[in-house]
Amino acid sequence: MAVMRVHVDQEKCQGHNRCVVLAPSLFHVDDLGTAWVIGDGRVPPGQEADARLAVDNCPEYAITITDD
Amino acid sequence: MSTTTDWAADFDILDPRYILDPASIWSQLRGVCPVAQTTRYGRTWMPVEYEVIAKIAHDVEHFSSRDIAVITPNRELDPTATIMLEAPPITSDPPVHTWARRLLLPAFGPSAIDAVTPVTRDVANGLIDGVIERGEADAASDYAQHVPVRVIAQMLGVPLDDEETFTRWAVVILQEGLTNINHAIGSVMELITYFGERAAERRAVPPGERPADLLTLLVEAEVDGEPLTDRHVIGSCFLLLLAGIDTTWSAIGSSLWHLAANPEDQARLRAEPELMTTAVEEFLRFYSPVTMARYVPEDIDFEGCPMRKGDKVLMTFPAGNRDPKMFEDADKFVIDRARNRHFAFGSGIHRCLGSNLARMELRVALEEWLRRVPTFELADPDAVVWTGGQVRGPRRLPVRW
Repeated sequence: MAVMRVHVDQEKCQGHNRCVVLAPSLFHVDDLGTAWVIGDGRVPPGQEADARLAVDNCPEYAITITDD
Repeated sequence: MSTTTDWAADFDILDPRYILDPASIWSQLRGVCPVAQTTRYGRTWMPVEYEVIAKIAHDVEHFSSRDIAVITPNRELDPTATIMLEAPPITSDPPVHTWARRLLLPAFGPSAIDAVTPVTRDVANGLIDGVIERGEADAASDYAQHVPVRVIAQMLGVPLDDEETFTRWAVVILQEGLTNINHAIGSVMELITYFGERAAERRAVPPGERPADLLTLLVEAEVDGEPLTDRHVIGSCFLLLLAGIDTTWSAIGSSLWHLAANPEDQARLRAEPELMTTAVEEFLRFYSPVTMARYVPEDIDFEGCPMRKGDKVLMTFPAGNRDPKMFEDADKFVIDRARNRHFAFGSGIHRCLGSNLARMELRVALEEWLRRVPTFELADPDAVVWTGGQVRGPRRLPVRW
């Protein structure tokens, strides 16, 4: 079965923190506001919609999704 | 100056028609001229499309932040004139911008803002206590106006008793200063003296005994082993105090105006409070208060526009947020809009430092107002007064319940 993963490009992230609000179990932010994926970025079943919302609300296009 | 008749070649952001209803002018421009221009107040360009605005925001090499005012008085006489007061990091370009911003970022991250949420709730409730029995209030001047200034004064570590002075500075420097420079200079001098004194007082307190606030952070900060200059400390205080006042006041005011004027949205938000997260983002998109600017440091041809050294480019984030190429039903307020890539806080390296704070203040101000004030409406639609220019929002907003 395909595994959905989220990724954050820290070069693009400017700390808007939209992803953390929309998908708090997939992302966290450091002291400088930069977002990182939690763990290996694997999206647990049922959270695919949150992951897509994080992608669609990032003003920097810093978040991507891949399917292994 | 005469009233404009040609928005593509002679736009005027201080025109009352633009202040009242900018969206219809952006919409008209998108079809014919996606980058408008003017020579009023010095040569200035105004992009109205999301992608173009984002591209400029990310091109810090060709678009400098040394002058971010939408209008700089007397610029038509000398387009390369410097601004009155540096306010790092908002008026800085890299490399200064990078360290000046990193210094402040942790104080505005999500966990730091969680810590001031209860303070904000107390401020909101104190203001509501003062009006709730009256059955009417000016939601702008009795409520929205006071929330951000009281919160940032506490974060900065300056006396709340000086609130009226801070608000006057915000109005005189950031709003009236666009057209009345002499008046603004007096307030800038006052502000420089004020923060010079506050910084000196703070340095006189022994390290270790200083309160944990932004003033202490600034006086204790070191860059390459050296403390910040007084000029830097005062400029950053100027930014931290004033940048959040009329901007967030405007966001809260516009949102309350919307709820008063659109009873179906008010009823829905009361019935479905879980919509607050998307509602806040939609208020920010639809009523984006802030327009910034960039300075053109060298001649460049950009999107077919022959920009010349000394020109200004408006960062019309509110216009980009209404771009139909970016948003479905862009000119429609959709309270549960799920896909909302708005840039009300800008984009690129100058993304608003206080965006987490502003969002929290807007949310808390709305939550507490809706919790305590019964269904409210505009008491007199004709009495509502909007201001515009750098920051757009209602300044008079009589409501009743």
